[in-house]
Amino acid sequence: MTKPEVVVTGLGATTPLGGDVASTWDAMLAGRSGVSKLTQEWAEQLPVRIAAQLVVEPSEVLDRILLRRLDRSEALGLIAAAEAWKDSGLDRDSLDGERLGVVVGSGIGGAQTLLAQDDILEASGPRRVSPHTVPMLMPNGPAAYVGLEYKAKAGVHAPTSACATGAEAIAWGLDMIRSGRADVVIAGGVEAVIHPLPIAGFASMRAMSTRNDDPEKASRPWDKGRDGFVLGEGAGIVILERADHAAARGARVYARLAGAGMTSDGYDIVQPHPEGEGGARAMRVALRDSGLAATDVTHVNAHATSTPVGDMAEVGAVQGVLGAHPVLTATKSMTGHLLGAAGALESIATILAIRDSVVPPTINLDDPDDALTLDVAAHKARPMQIPAALNNSFGFGGHNVALIFARA
Amino acid sequence: MTKEEIVTGLAEILEEVAGVNPDDVSEEKSFTDDLDVDSLSMVEVVVAAEERFGVKIPDDEVQNLRTVGDAADFVLKQA
Repeated sequence: MTKPEVVVTGLGATTPLGGDVASTWDAMLAGRSGVSKLTQEWAEQLPVRIAAQLVVEPSEVLDRILLRRLDRSEALGLIAAAEAWKDSGLDRDSLDGERLGVVVGSGIGGAQTLLAQDDILEASGPRRVSPHTVPMLMPNGPAAYVGLEYKAKAGVHAPTSACATGAEAIAWGLDMIRSGRADVVIAGGVEAVIHPLPIAGFASMRAMSTRNDDPEKASRPWDKGRDGFVLGEGAGIVILERADHAAARGARVYARLAGAGMTSDGYDIVQPHPEGEGGARAMRVALRDSGLAATDVTHVNAHATSTPVGDMAEVGAVQGVLGAHPVLTATKSMTGHLLGAAGALESIATILAIRDSVVPPTINLDDPDDALTLDVAAHKARPMQIPAALNNSFGFGGHNVALIFARA
Repeated sequence: MTKEEIVTGLAEILEEVAGVNPDDVSEEKSFTDDLDVDSLSMVEVVVAAEERFGVKIPDDEVQNLRTVGDAADFVLKQA
C-alpha cells in the first residue's frame, strides 16, 4: 500500500524569541538569545536564576475570563494553534470536523495550576480550590482545548514523552492521516513550567546551566563550556494535511512531512544512551519511512540541549546514520529548552530552513568540543540548499523521535 | 444590607468570574439561560458570594437559585 503524502500548510508559535512564527524566525536567523535573568522574588533562593521566558504574555492576546480557566500551557497551545490555523487558510465551516484531528502534548502538563491550587488548599481550605483545577492541570488539557476550539471530532490525543513530546505529536499526526483517520491534524507541543519547583527539581539533577551571571551565553550546545540546559517556555503548532486535500483547496504548502521514526532506549530513566543507539535507530526508521537517500538530508536540527553527555552522543549517531555531510544546528542555543514544545518548535525551524534555504545558527559555540566531528552553522545563519532535513528530539524515559521534512 | 446592594454585589462577582456585563444583571435574569454562566463558573460565583456576604450557601440550595433575584433573596434571608 502506498502511503498518502502529508504536507505542512500552517505554522504557529509563541516562544522566548517572539510572539509568533515570523518574529521567532527572524530572531533565530539573527542569532538572538531568548534567555534572561529570572527577576521574580522566588528565584532568589534557587541555584538556577535564568530561563528563556515568553516575549508576549498570554494576557496580551487572550481574553481575561478565558485565561482564568486555562493553565498557562493551555493558553500557549490555543495561541499557537490560532496562528497556525489562520496561516493554513482552513475554514472551520467548510471543513468536516470528523476529518479533523488534534495531537498536542506537553512534557509536564499543568504543574503551575497544581502548585498554585495546592497553595490555596493549604492556606484557605478545600472549598476555595478552583472548580477549574482539574481541566487546567490535566495533561490532555492543551489538546482538548485546541480540539474544542476547532471542533475536531476525528480524535484528540495528547502524547507525553518528556522532551520528545512535540516531535512525537507530529509523528502521531502523520500516522493519523496516513491511516485514514483524518485529513487534517493540528499537531505540536506546549510547555509552561518556569516555576521554582520544576526548576529546583531539574537543578537537583544537575541538569541545568548555572551560568546565572551571563544568561545569553548559558545555552551553548557542543561548546566545551556547556554546563546544562536552560529552561524555556512556549508552544509550537503545525497544521498537517493530506497532500491531495491541500492541493484541492489550493493551499500554500511549506514542506512535506516525509517520514518519522520513533524508538525507545530501554537503557535508563534519564541518562541518554552513551552512543545514542536509540536515537540512531529512530533516524534510520525515519529515513527508511521517507524513502529518501541519506545524501538528500543535508541539514539536521539536533536535539542538542547543552548538557555534557547528550550533545556528543547525538553527533556520533547522526554521522553513523546520515554520513559526514549534514550541516547541524542547535536552535536551543537561542530558545533554551522548551521541553514538551521543543520538538514542535524545532520542526518549525526545520521547515522554514527548507523553505528559505538557510540553516539557523548555533550561538555560543565559541570553543567546540573535540568530539564535534560534523559541520555546524556556528554563530551565523548559513545559506544552503536543503532538499530535506531531519529534526531530532529525545526525552527523559528514553524516548527518541526523528522527523524528516522535505521540499514539497 | 438591602436586596439592591446584594444584586449589585452579585453583578460585580459575575463580572469578575464570568465576564458578565454588570448592566445585563437584574433580578429576573437566569444565571444559565440569560447570563451564560456555566456550572463551574456558578461554583465560583457561589463561593465568592459566601465570602462577600458572610453567608453559607449549601450545595443542595444552589440548584434552587435560578435567577439573580433568587440568589439575592437567599442571601438576604441568611444575612
